[in-house]
Amino acid sequence: MILNIKYDINLACKIILQEHLAKIGIPFEITGLGEIRVTGNISSEQYEKLEKSIKKYGIEIIDNPKTALVQRIKEVIIEMVYMNEKLPDSRISAYISTKLNLSYSYLSKIFTEVTYTSIENYMILQRIERVKQLIIEENLTFTEVAWKLNYSSVAHLSNQFKKTTGLTPTVFQRIIERRNSRYSAAENLYNTNDNEL
Amino acid sequence: MNYDELYLLLADDDDDDRLFFKEALEEVKVRTILNTVNDGSQLMNYLNKPGIRLPQIVFLDLFMPVKSGMECLTEIRRNNKLKDLTIAIYSTTGTEHVIEEAFVKGANIYIKKPYDFSVLKNILAQVINMSWQYYTSGLRKENFLLNFNGMEKAVVSRV
Repeated sequence: MILNIKYDINLACKIILQEHLAKIGIPFEITGLGEIRVTGNISSEQYEKLEKSIKKYGIEIIDNPKTALVQRIKEVIIEMVYMNEKLPDSRISAYISTKLNLSYSYLSKIFTEVTYTSIENYMILQRIERVKQLIIEENLTFTEVAWKLNYSSVAHLSNQFKKTTGLTPTVFQRIIERRNSRYSAAENLYNTNDNEL
Repeated sequence: MNYDELYLLLADDDDDDRLFFKEALEEVKVRTILNTVNDGSQLMNYLNKPGIRLPQIVFLDLFMPVKSGMECLTEIRRNNKLKDLTIAIYSTTGTEHVIEEAFVKGANIYIKKPYDFSVLKNILAQVINMSWQYYTSGLRKENFLLNFNGMEKAVVSRV
């Protein structure tokens, strides 16, 4: 027996993508043909899973090899910033270059080309983000943070923080605390209103 | 992920300021698309339209007719659909008190409008660059605060 079928290839692809993205837990929006907008964060693990699971349908994520390399550099930087062991600044380039088995000058050239910033500045940005987390979420003192992240002094930490964000760590901390108490005050207000209803 | 460009929306009632802003963006390395509205209520109408492409960064003048920038900021942060937008205040005022209030109310970036066009170019380049890093690296938006109030260069853009 022969069954004659007709199909809508675009619809089929769209549904395949929807099912796989949902299964892997990637928040998404299919914006059009050939483009998916990921609406939240996606881990490299999820990315790989997606890539693998749609490959058998002949669907591929177009990835620029330079972008992929930059992603790996960023991962090494983040790993370094979050490492508990402290690493002296002088050894950072050697560390990155060994990890990725490519020369540092090549890596920095590609990094700047793709991200419009340098590896050094990106590392500072990531460190400052870590500082923010440590003072906001883990309630460490500036002295503890400076020590943990290998700053030579609290003054050096404050200086770099101010240069990067335009705010001192003290003002930053106060703003976030005031924001949080503002949000919880607003929530209490809504809750009280609910009770009254 | 659409990592090609940043979509910017500027709300400012001053014609000249909108023009300067547009021109200052031309030398920024990250690709940007700019759309402008003339006041706060136009902005909110635009953002609340169903099915529109939301901007990644909204630049908000504080003193605008009909609806002020602070009112827009509060409305945006209370709106579930909009609360993740990056908000940059773009104002002639730069008193510490106003800056802190704007940040507490949920602004991410504060830019005091500079008098010098080359300074404006420099600031916008840094703002766009820093936002770009946040956007492409999935950094925590809650902790994204950046203040340009006659300050020195931010470190991240000095390539």
